[in-house]
This record gives sequence, C-alpha cells and structure tokens, in this order.
Amino acid sequence: MAEFPTELKYLATHEWVKLDNGVVIVGISDHAQDALGDVVFVELPEVDTTCSAGDEVAVVESVKAASDIYAPISGTVVEVNSNLEDSPELVNESPYIDGWFFKITPDDTSALDDLLSAADYQAVCEQEH
Amino acid sequence: MGNKTPLFDKHAALGARMVDFGGWDMPVHYGSQLEEHHAVRGDAGVFDVSHMTGVELHGSECGAFLDRLLANDFSRMKRPGQAMYSAMLREDGGVLDDLIVYNTGEPCLMVVNCATREKDLAWMRGVAGSFDCEIREREDLAILAVQGPNALEKLAVTISESQAEAVSELKLFQGAWTDGWFIARTGYTGEQGVEVILPATDAPAFWDRLVEAGVRPIGLGARDTLRLEAGLNLYGSDMDETVSPLESNMANTLVLEGRDFIGADALRAQQSAGVRQLVGLVMQGRGVLRAHYPVYADGERVGETTSGAFSPTLQQGIALARVSRVSGDMSVEIRGRRHPVTCVEPPFVRHGKQVYKRKQN
Repeated sequence: MAEFPTELKYLATHEWVKLDNGVVIVGISDHAQDALGDVVFVELPEVDTTCSAGDEVAVVESVKAASDIYAPISGTVVEVNSNLEDSPELVNESPYIDGWFFKITPDDTSALDDLLSAADYQAVCEQEH
Repeated sequence: MGNKTPLFDKHAALGARMVDFGGWDMPVHYGSQLEEHHAVRGDAGVFDVSHMTGVELHGSECGAFLDRLLANDFSRMKRPGQAMYSAMLREDGGVLDDLIVYNTGEPCLMVVNCATREKDLAWMRGVAGSFDCEIREREDLAILAVQGPNALEKLAVTISESQAEAVSELKLFQGAWTDGWFIARTGYTGEQGVEVILPATDAPAFWDRLVEAGVRPIGLGARDTLRLEAGLNLYGSDMDETVSPLESNMANTLVLEGRDFIGADALRAQQSAGVRQLVGLVMQGRGVLRAHYPVYADGERVGETTSGAFSPTLQQGIALARVSRVSGDMSVEIRGRRHPVTCVEPPFVRHGKQVYKRKQN
C-alpha cells in the first residue's frame, strides 16, 4: 500500500508539499512513483526561476512515460535536488525524504491552505482505480 | 477483461502489474522493470509470450506458398528446424507483419504478432487459396522465452533429458520438436536463449521449474527495452503497412533476385528511387528518447523517432528513427529543446555489451 504522510499537503496531480521554515519543499507521492515505475531521469528547474501555481516546472521520466511536475504555489525556486541527476531512483526509493525535487520560496504561504489533505488526496487516488 | 494466457494466475501470484496488450492481459513488470532488464543482460529471465499466435501450415505446397507470401527466401533454409525471420508485405511493399517461420517440414510452424492476428490469418488464407496449403491456428499452445547469458544452463535442469540433449545440439536460429515441445534458439533480447512452444497445460509447471532454477520472470516493459537495445523492430511502432522493409532496416531479410513474392516489384521500384532509412540514435547528454520526437540534421527536420527509451545497459537515451538523410549535426527535439544525438547502426547492445558503431554520412 502506498503511504500518505498526514503532515504533508498534496495536489491532485500527485505532487506533495511540505512547508519548512518558510520554504516549500516539493516532490511526488508514493502513489505516483509506484504508478510511474522505475524513474530514469528528472529534469529540474533552474534556481531563481519564478513560477506561478500550476506552471510546468519539472519533468519526471520513468521507464513508462514522461510526466510534468507542476508548481504547487507561486514563488521562486531556491534550491533543486541535484542528487536526482545521478540517482533518479531516489524518487522510487524515498519519495518523501531523499527524492524531493525542488524548494520554492512562496509569495504567499496562505495559498497552501487550498491544497489537499492526506485523506482527501488518498480519496483522489482511490477514485482513479 | 482481456484474453488470459495459461500463466495468468502465475503473474497474479507474483504481484505483476498487468496491462492490456493487443487484447491480452499481460504483465508489464513484476516490481522493477529496470531490475528485470539487468537480470536478462546479466543472468537469465523468462517471458510469457503466449499472446503471440502459433500457426501451422499443412499441405503439399507450403514451400511455394511461403515463396509467394514472404520477402525472405524460405528455400534457403536447408537445415531441419532452421528459423527464418521475414516481413510479409502488401503489393505496395507495406509491411503487414514480421514473423518467424521454422523449417519443420509438414506441418510448417510459424509465429506471428498478436495485435495483427486476424489480419494476418485472413491475408495468409487469401494467398493460400492458390496453393495446396492450409493455415491452422494453434490456440492450444503456450510460448515462453528463456533469455540471458545463463539461460541455457538454467533451462537444462527444467526440461527432460531428451529435450536437454536436443537443445545442446541446436545451432543459433534453429529449433526442434522433442517430447511434444518445440524448442528453438531464437529470441528478442540480443542474448543467448530459447523460445519454447509447448502445450498450454504444460506451461504452469514449466514456469514454476524455471523460477525454482533461478530464472527471473520478466514483463513486457523490459522486453521492450531489451529488444530496442538489440536493435530489433517492434511491429506497429518501427514499421507498419505504410512503410517498406527497405525503410525499416530490414534489407538483410530481403531476397529479391529471381523471386516473385507479393511486394517484390514495389521494393525494386523503391530501390531505384531511394527511400528513407531506419537508423539508431544515441543521446550525447542526459535524457530519455521516446517515439514520435522530431529529428533534425543540421537544423532541418529529416524525420522522427519510431521507438525510444532510456537504455538501462548504456545509461543513455536511445531510439530508432526513420529519416530522409543522415548528415552533419543530428539532434532530437524533446519538449521544444533540441538535444544532440549520435547516429548509429543498430544494434546498440549485444550479449550485455555496447556494440553500436557511428553511422557514416
């Protein structure tokens, strides 16, 4: 069974979001990595890129397909997980810890309130089946 | 729900991720497609390919029928059980299907793709009408491929003594019936191995013996990356009815001289006019190639990829592409950005090693 940590917020497009000292960390969910299969390549945004909520800012390529990763919130990219360049499998092995994609300084953290709770996101995943 | 192979319950018990493939419920992987790929390159794996269609040819004119039907020359298959890979063409040279036919005498044994099954059978029966040759589908058979550098060694303990002895005497691309099973040294991976055509009722126990012998179950996902690394075409992706074998890197499967098979005249006309070619591409930087990406030569669009993947063996993006020319700096467009590629002659990988050569302009 896929894990849905309750301390995180989620998007229906399968990103997870964690607010950490004013910075938003973004990755893809356990459910998403399992559906994608082995991840073989991750295309990350450049640091200092500004983005709006819903922008396509990264791409995850698995053995199966290429999938867009959307910015969950408007802001500026302040850090990317460069470990994914050489070890994209971290996305499969540790989707919520080592497999994070990028960090954003949000324009307005209150926009996080609009994202899905773990329970609501789990319901979205179950509806897909 | 789709058709189920005799091994459906085995796949379910192993927790396979199942997908629809040409109307069949087939395993795409059993946990990790990458690990399965490496298992075949480094050890041994077993594939359930029972969705493929086994066909027997009965009658006194099967040889003449095949000479008319196929672009490759079956009369050259002198050795008993020798396998021949061939395209089956329309009059205009378009590829109806690619197939394997074994020189087993009467009945002659053939394996065709599952997605093209009905079209193939109808076409073959139409052509066979002019010959004493009857097409019989064998739906009572299962097909397993056992592939990898240790495949033959591990296979030996899972089959009867007489079968093991028969296998040890087979040359590459040769098969034989032994104890009711047809075992041939053919495959779709670029590794050593066999394909085993056996009664469906024998398949589950054989599967279990292979798994006990340390042969890893492999899904269709790894089957696709293995065949792509081996430079082997996939029907429906790399060729179909709209292209000819000359445009599909299949010239070495054509015997035109002195022959009158269906499509031969169209191929002769194409030979003098010149056609596009199917080439291999290797990404110079990081990334993944996939089907239908635009291909450029010195900035001018010259074609598109027909299959692409991240090669687990080479750790690079690779693809097959149909192009009008190979010249200058080649690149592939991925999500709006051009990435430099090296144009090569497939295969990319054989027996676990990089083998491709840069293609000359």
